[in-house]
Amino acid sequence: MSAAAGELLGGYLMPYQPLPVLAPEANAGWASLAANAARIRAEIEASGADLLLLFSTRWVSIIGHQMQADPKPEWWVVDEDFHEFGTLHYSLRMDAEFATAYRDAARARGLHARTVAYQGFPIDVGTITTLKLLNPDNRIAASVVSCNAYSDRAETLVLGKAAADAVRASGRKAIAIGVSALSNRMFSRWIDPAQDRIHSQKDDEWNRKLLELLAEGRLEDVSQLAREFSRQANGDSRMKAIWWLAATLGQHNQYTGTVFDYQPVWGTGAAMVGLQPAEAGSGDLEYDEDDAEFFRGDRNVLVSQSDDES
Amino acid sequence: MSEPGRIVAGILSPHPPHLIYASNPPQNEPRSSRAGAWNGLLDGYEKLRAELARHEFDVLVAHTPHWKTRTGHHFLGVPHFEGKSVDPIFPNLFQYNFALDIDVELSEAIHDEAAAAGLSTRMMRNPEFRVDYGTITSCHLVHPAWDKPVVAISSARTAFDYSNEAGDQEMLALGRATRRAIEASGRRALCLASNSLSHRHFTSEPEDPEDPSFEHVYNENQSAWDRHILGLMKAGETRRIFDEMPDFTEQCVAETKDGCLSWLLAAMDFPPLPATVHGYGTVIGTGNAVVSWDLDSARTEASA
Ligand SMILES: [Fe+2]
Repeated sequence: MSAAAGELLGGYLMPYQPLPVLAPEANAGWASLAANAARIRAEIEASGADLLLLFSTRWVSIIGHQMQADPKPEWWVVDEDFHEFGTLHYSLRMDAEFATAYRDAARARGLHARTVAYQGFPIDVGTITTLKLLNPDNRIAASVVSCNAYSDRAETLVLGKAAADAVRASGRKAIAIGVSALSNRMFSRWIDPAQDRIHSQKDDEWNRKLLELLAEGRLEDVSQLAREFSRQANGDSRMKAIWWLAATLGQHNQYTGTVFDYQPVWGTGAAMVGLQPAEAGSGDLEYDEDDAEFFRGDRNVLVSQSDDES
Repeated sequence: MSEPGRIVAGILSPHPPHLIYASNPPQNEPRSSRAGAWNGLLDGYEKLRAELARHEFDVLVAHTPHWKTRTGHHFLGVPHFEGKSVDPIFPNLFQYNFALDIDVELSEAIHDEAAAAGLSTRMMRNPEFRVDYGTITSCHLVHPAWDKPVVAISSARTAFDYSNEAGDQEMLALGRATRRAIEASGRRALCLASNSLSHRHFTSEPEDPEDPSFEHVYNENQSAWDRHILGLMKAGETRRIFDEMPDFTEQCVAETKDGCLSWLLAAMDFPPLPATVHGYGTVIGTGNAVVSWDLDSARTEASA
């Protein structure tokens, strides 16, 4: 690994829904997302980044945190809902060495973590969609970490801090990408794609509020607000991607924020947002949430008698 | 077919991929140590298969939690699938080369009945679709010969997007639609509910995943609820299980949230028939029971 200290060049929020890749012609908003992703792609290419570091809410794990370490995952995935829009064939380039570094950094902070590399492993739809939009020719190596079903805010923050540790130690010039919807209420019936809209006005209003803060570069404020947002607007996976992104990028509000797009995808709020470190930004405001540096295990207060874990 | 179809047996057939792993079938690539952590459940499946050997059936109809659809209830609609299924959660244990036939006619018939009942439904016609590991695991453990066609029904996310009660009401309608379609089809069907009971997992795994010294229920709350539900099953209180399901799901973090067991009880039309619990055991902390309602034997006894 490189001896020079690595750095995080910036971050993005990307939606997980595959429809902008599978069927951009079916809806003007889906086409708009695909078109605006090209602007982000150009920005990333100009940044000199050598690693795209993803956290995807569509890759759910149970055993701690999993880092994809197959250097060239090749397979195909058919979306569980949107199978009639076609198949996502993929051939990706993963930074296996970084996956190992990330695993070690996570373990050093008390997390359960492991690398996975299996032929035919189903790379999640959010990761495939994001990499097809932002890195279609695999010019930049990627790394993906899973979203643990049980982890709460504290554990997710520790996972983000471990990502930053690993970037620094590995010498990578990394861009962090949270793959997640904002409001995640989908239409539970089949709709005419042309009629797509945000599921409810309330979801739309909350999404716009979050995007207003992100446009001001206030990522930590959004991280502090994530629980409330999830309650009010059915946030995707309790907005763990925002917790991870904020922790990975350093837990502050000093960013230049750019909202590249915001569209409905089957009722969900699909936003593309960029966050570049800035000299001056909104200052530290009012933080209510706890912070954690180290993971000390599941809080299972009703352990059974035979449980010998301390 | 002239004879009306029927559900031969209703089966709770949980799908931890660990049980496939532990059985070392030729289809699965990883090899287990046979250290024995899940022997109680494997014995349970063996007893279930012995019971089923006494019955004739044409098709397995499975409702699976691991084909998660948020746009209603989906049905496999391609005659044959093959491929490799790698569990995204336990990839070290499950890399299974599958090949299975689908009873597309029955699948479409259940789809049509469900749509007529007002449910949101969709046929899945993409031949590249990877069949989920819940369907594969439950069908393999119930009938490893793979010589019968399958119907696989996705788990609509109503309980997750709205409420446990709303989810169960949809499963009630879907179960009744399934029953009507099976009866009209002339098929003799095994209906498989592919869920665990209590479903809180440990988030770490021992060096040997099959190490029996690691395996136990997540906590006493989980095990108390599981015992309660198994008691109701043995007592034939199927209606009461359905009535208590939203609370069970909520308080026990149960995989019944995915709707399989509710669907099965409705498809069987809530028989007041004591179930046979063939085995109960934990897998990485979750509670799993292999249970059957032997409807054919009950019919024979009733007509004798
Ligand atoms: Fe499951």
